[in-house]
Amino acid sequence: MSKKKTYEAEDFSHHVTSMGTYFAIFAALMVLTALTVWVAFQDFGSLNVPIAFAIATVKATVVVLFFMHVIHSPKMTAAILVGSIVFLGILFLLTFSDYLSRFWPMA
Amino acid sequence: MSEHADTAHPALRHHFDDLNQQHAAGTLGMWFFLVTEILFFGPLFFTYALFRSGSLDPSFQNAFIAASHHQNITLGLTNTIVLIASSLTVALGVYFAQTNKKKPLVLMLVLTLLCGVAFLVIKGIEYNQHFAHHLFPGQGFHWDGAPELARGGQMFYILYFCMTGLHAFHMVIGIGIFIYILMRAMRNDFSSDYYVPIEVSGLYWHFVDIVWIFLFPMLYLIDPASKH
Amino acid sequence: MTTDAIDSAQTPRHEEGTNYINAEYGLLSWLFTIDHKRIAILYMISVTALFFVGGIFALLLRLELMTPQGDLFTSDTYNKLFTLHGVVMIFFFLIPAVPSVLGNFILPLQLGARDLAFPKINLLSWYLYVIGALMGVVVMLLGGVDTGWTFYTPFSTTYSNTWVVPTVLAGFIAGFSSILTGLNFIVTIHKMRAPGLTWFRLPLMVWALYGTSLIQLLATPVLGIALLLIAVERLWQVGIFNPALGGDPILFQHLFWFYSHPAVYIMILPAMGVISEVIACFSRRKIFGYKFVAFSSLAIAFLGFLIWAHHLFVAGISVYSAMIFSFLTMFVAVPSAIKTFNWTSTLYKGSVSYEAPMLYALGFIGMFLIGGLTGLFLATLGIDIHVHDTYFVVAHFHYVMVGSVIMAYFAGIHYWWPKMTGRMYPEWWARLAALLVFVGFNLTFFPQFLLGYLGMPRRYHAYVPEFQVLNVMSTAGATILGAGYLLPLIYFVWALKYAPRASANPWGASGLEWHTPSPPTTHNFEDTPTVTWEAYDEKAWLKEAEKNV
Ligand SMILES: [Cu+2]
Repeated sequence: MSKKKTYEAEDFSHHVTSMGTYFAIFAALMVLTALTVWVAFQDFGSLNVPIAFAIATVKATVVVLFFMHVIHSPKMTAAILVGSIVFLGILFLLTFSDYLSRFWPMA
Repeated sequence: MSEHADTAHPALRHHFDDLNQQHAAGTLGMWFFLVTEILFFGPLFFTYALFRSGSLDPSFQNAFIAASHHQNITLGLTNTIVLIASSLTVALGVYFAQTNKKKPLVLMLVLTLLCGVAFLVIKGIEYNQHFAHHLFPGQGFHWDGAPELARGGQMFYILYFCMTGLHAFHMVIGIGIFIYILMRAMRNDFSSDYYVPIEVSGLYWHFVDIVWIFLFPMLYLIDPASKH
Repeated sequence: MTTDAIDSAQTPRHEEGTNYINAEYGLLSWLFTIDHKRIAILYMISVTALFFVGGIFALLLRLELMTPQGDLFTSDTYNKLFTLHGVVMIFFFLIPAVPSVLGNFILPLQLGARDLAFPKINLLSWYLYVIGALMGVVVMLLGGVDTGWTFYTPFSTTYSNTWVVPTVLAGFIAGFSSILTGLNFIVTIHKMRAPGLTWFRLPLMVWALYGTSLIQLLATPVLGIALLLIAVERLWQVGIFNPALGGDPILFQHLFWFYSHPAVYIMILPAMGVISEVIACFSRRKIFGYKFVAFSSLAIAFLGFLIWAHHLFVAGISVYSAMIFSFLTMFVAVPSAIKTFNWTSTLYKGSVSYEAPMLYALGFIGMFLIGGLTGLFLATLGIDIHVHDTYFVVAHFHYVMVGSVIMAYFAGIHYWWPKMTGRMYPEWWARLAALLVFVGFNLTFFPQFLLGYLGMPRRYHAYVPEFQVLNVMSTAGATILGAGYLLPLIYFVWALKYAPRASANPWGASGLEWHTPSPPTTHNFEDTPTVTWEAYDEKAWLKEAEKNV
């Protein structure tokens, strides 16, 4: 009986992230949290929301890549994550296509 | 199955060929579960975006700012730090499991649980303050700001309670999972070749953390310096 | 390598006669089983029960509609009847039927796996289903719910005086059952395929279940949150969906249909998978254009997420948005047509035989054609405004969900019955039932296209007298259809004890499930098989097998 497997088990990584990396990531998240609060008290006009959202996204990405080990995981993992955000994006985009054009004049 | 009965790890389930397959399946399963979670929180984020953007009622933009001024930024910030710290302890827990260090592993799991409980206690204090200020939506809602912002203000608090409530519910589940993981860790279940249950539970915990990373600026930091 | 497979099929090394059914005895051995095959049987029993509950509601509706006056029920009772019919049939029958019954049983067998990736979660998923279904039954006993299965706001949140909150919670719980099933399937397909079973050697049923699982994971949570928000709005009297309080009722419709349009594909995709298997088997040919059929499953799963607002054309959404959704909806017709053309081409020059599963499959193609094409009518903005909320819509989605999905479910149950039970079924009776279902179904629902086109609105218990002839035809058809559905229940129960025993591969079909004994042993395969052949192309294996018979 052949031992060859088709399932993607070789995709499982036993990579060990060092303690130093984890603490560095934690420090970075703390700095970004401080930045989140500081930025909120500044006025960038219409950029307020995009900036807050961008910082939160950076924080989330850092957590995903290092704490959740996506950086050392098979590409499939990142694809799943991006894929689900794409579908959430579809929900946002197509639903807003209704709300944002609802009061447009009819041609 | 007989072919690997002699070498089988005690944690290997009968329907897998080896631990590698079992681990790969477990991790992939959690990632697909997080897909569902993203689409579970997602519509609430959409609803928030819809109302806050004022697409339906422009007064909601200012109402959301005014309502968020009732939020306690210090408590929100404390909770953010508590949660990120708990994510660190979970990550370190995986590290100590991978390196066969049982005592630090147990310590990290205990710290994670303490952070989780601390988060819920602080959240409870906040909820208590909201109740005291009649900010819980529904019949008892009382708005002391500009009356034309009352509807939007209430909408903010509906979303606030839905989003933080759902998040807190996930925290409770997470604490339950980590109590189970802690018990198994104390029973010596984990080692460098069998730690994936910690990793998988950690993925869930980090996800809940990420949700909060977004909720914090959305619910506490809407133009805190403005005068609305 | 192939000889190993034959060994495991023909000469089980187990004690002779041990299989998953008689491996253990007693009710508890079933209620606490983690064997995917036993869980599939549990699902089969429970969805069948709920199918007949939903069917009784349907029959009561048809009885009321025999006469133009609302003489049998009050309008309130009628509202509750069609709501319960919809809720039961969609959430507790159609969504779980093909994936949770047939998929659960067949998927690990087709992959050469010993079980699904997470057997305990599989059992949990059944319990969630049962809890949801029991809540639904309690709601019926308490007096029902009258919002329609769509729970539209603000009626459901502000005005209805019925049991809305328990019903949406029942749907919520059933939703989680569906999510967990999808999760289990998708991980199993990724990680538990037998050696040599590459993606393009998978049976098309597996591709279909993969697409289904994606939808279950991506769409169901959105329904979950929409239903929770209904409960929140009702319990605390707040106004997320109530315009009087600054909310938006159409927001609910967006969230609801973001799930409920793709949900149609949760029903139809695995049904299409069944049809691919049955057509390949009874035409004795490889499926024409395998890769096209495989990828069209994924295409349908994806496109299904872009088109939900075709249910909202007259709800008050933006005209511009409606045009986009109308346009996008047309695209789903492409992968659906690819499948239909490929099935038809497979029949061409195939040596077709007409066993009961094949009769259902051929019925499916015809019904799906009508259901799908009338879907294009409804996707067209101008026509939809004319026929929305009429019986045209009712007829359209019954052609897809009953005419197609339930036909495929029956095709699958007959096709895999020998594998599941180790017994054949009475072929003559089965063909008769297939004929009754086909005739009864068309007589029930074709007149409804005409009624809808003439302007008869749905969801009313009374109508103008000139619609009576067509309504009587419809009710007569429903009676035949009911008989067609009852007949299999009777002969399947009979077959459990009296039908002749089935061999490992009674149809001469392809697919790894036929490499196990009928019924399979608890662990499916004594040795994990190695696959060296392309999908639906096991001539070598079959020749070998024939020699041994
Ligand atoms: Cu649709």
